[in-house]
Amino acid sequence: MIQALIRTVLGVVVAGACIGGVAAQDSKVADELAKYREALADGNPADLLEVKGEALWAEKRGPRNASLEQCDLGLGPGKLEGAYAQLPRYFADTRKVMDVESRLVHCMVTLQGFKQEEVTRQWFSKPGKESDIEALVTFIGAKSNGKPINVPATHPEEQKMAKIGEYIFYRRSGPQDFSCAICHGQDGKRIRLQELGNLTTREGAGMAMKTWPSYRVSQGAVWTMQRRLIDCMRQARWPEPNYLADSIIALETFLQKTATGTVMETPGIKR
Amino acid sequence: MKPRYALFGALAAIIAASSLAQTKPVEPPGGKYAKEAEQVFRSSFRVDNPKYWMSRLEQDETMRLCAQYRDNPPRKIGTQLEKANLATIRYPVEGKLIGEWKEGEKLAAVGTGGHIGFIQPDPPGRLRGGNCYACHQLAQKEVAYGTIGPSLQHYGKTRGNSDEIVKYTYDKIYNSNAFTACTNMPRFGLHSWLTPEQITHIVAFLLDPESPVNKD
Repeated sequence: MIQALIRTVLGVVVAGACIGGVAAQDSKVADELAKYREALADGNPADLLEVKGEALWAEKRGPRNASLEQCDLGLGPGKLEGAYAQLPRYFADTRKVMDVESRLVHCMVTLQGFKQEEVTRQWFSKPGKESDIEALVTFIGAKSNGKPINVPATHPEEQKMAKIGEYIFYRRSGPQDFSCAICHGQDGKRIRLQELGNLTTREGAGMAMKTWPSYRVSQGAVWTMQRRLIDCMRQARWPEPNYLADSIIALETFLQKTATGTVMETPGIKR
Repeated sequence: MKPRYALFGALAAIIAASSLAQTKPVEPPGGKYAKEAEQVFRSSFRVDNPKYWMSRLEQDETMRLCAQYRDNPPRKIGTQLEKANLATIRYPVEGKLIGEWKEGEKLAAVGTGGHIGFIQPDPPGRLRGGNCYACHQLAQKEVAYGTIGPSLQHYGKTRGNSDEIVKYTYDKIYNSNAFTACTNMPRFGLHSWLTPEQITHIVAFLLDPESPVNKD
């Protein structure tokens, strides 16, 4: 634990040194950024959150004084290996396509007896205010590290959600005429210095999806996929969708389906 | 039928078939679920959102058709959209289309403004810029430029600053879709994201020989 912390601190210091060197020649910028990411990956603060999530998973909590160990994320109660990589999926008990976060919240409500408003109030962390959901999702995600993303969306409800996600991906509106496709529909583009994945291809969607949840250095926090996509909407100058909204689960289904086959590398670390 | 005509007929049929194959329409995103998808999208926002936030979800004809054709509309529809967008362009009251390049330089670099929502909104009145560097290379000294749009380095140097070029540049920033329907570029003037005066400053940044876009 202490070692991990030291690694983290060192990693951040090295990263800080590297980012200072970025203002080099343009042709070197991409290389520098790659080095920066490499340096960061050596001490991912998300590792600490993963440990916290593991403890939360096993701890008896809530009005029913129960752990989450019987939570069924799609592969059976308590089966965590590879569970993240096969979400979102259709669940017969709720008759809904659910992503890792909506399913986790479902388990916290049904198994532990929490109220949904209660457990989702702190769905993302703020400085000084940690989020249990972030920790749990980081832990669940890490259990799919090395597993291929597998969301074929063969169930009719999953097919429908993937198509709804596709619709939202191309939908343009707002004072900048944005859609997801504007930035993420072509190969090899950059916004400022940030490389953009073409999320309509398996390679691009795979690159994007395999590293979530991810520690965001610029934010000083681990972001879940819900957080990531809700922030995309903010960047597009739209209102923010509700946490766990179907529109976000639909986008996730579309992206995971496109990324299917890509091996997970999570928790990730990003700018 | 004479063999010559038969051959001609067969060729014509092949050409017709192949061009038919080329213009075979791409399925609109969402397919048969498009209507339901619109409902899902709209119902995913908080009900206590201010009305003006929700107005940002509205689509005009251009947005709707561009999405439907995945930003690659058939030429006939593209031409219609370009005509309709051209008609929206308004000019500064004094009619001068070239402003101050130094003002334009600032606006080109600003990427903030206009964010709404409960998590990380911009404070009211925060300067909204053109955010040109997000997508375009401009002044040589700025290396943090994006590549979604073409490089505009030496824009004025290579094009000159004839009245036609000045007007085209202003018009393109005001309403990019007047020239290329469904382009990635926002319609800065149409949405009042930038004022006509601010657009003239960016025109100057692009065209003034003293601007770092052209000088360096």
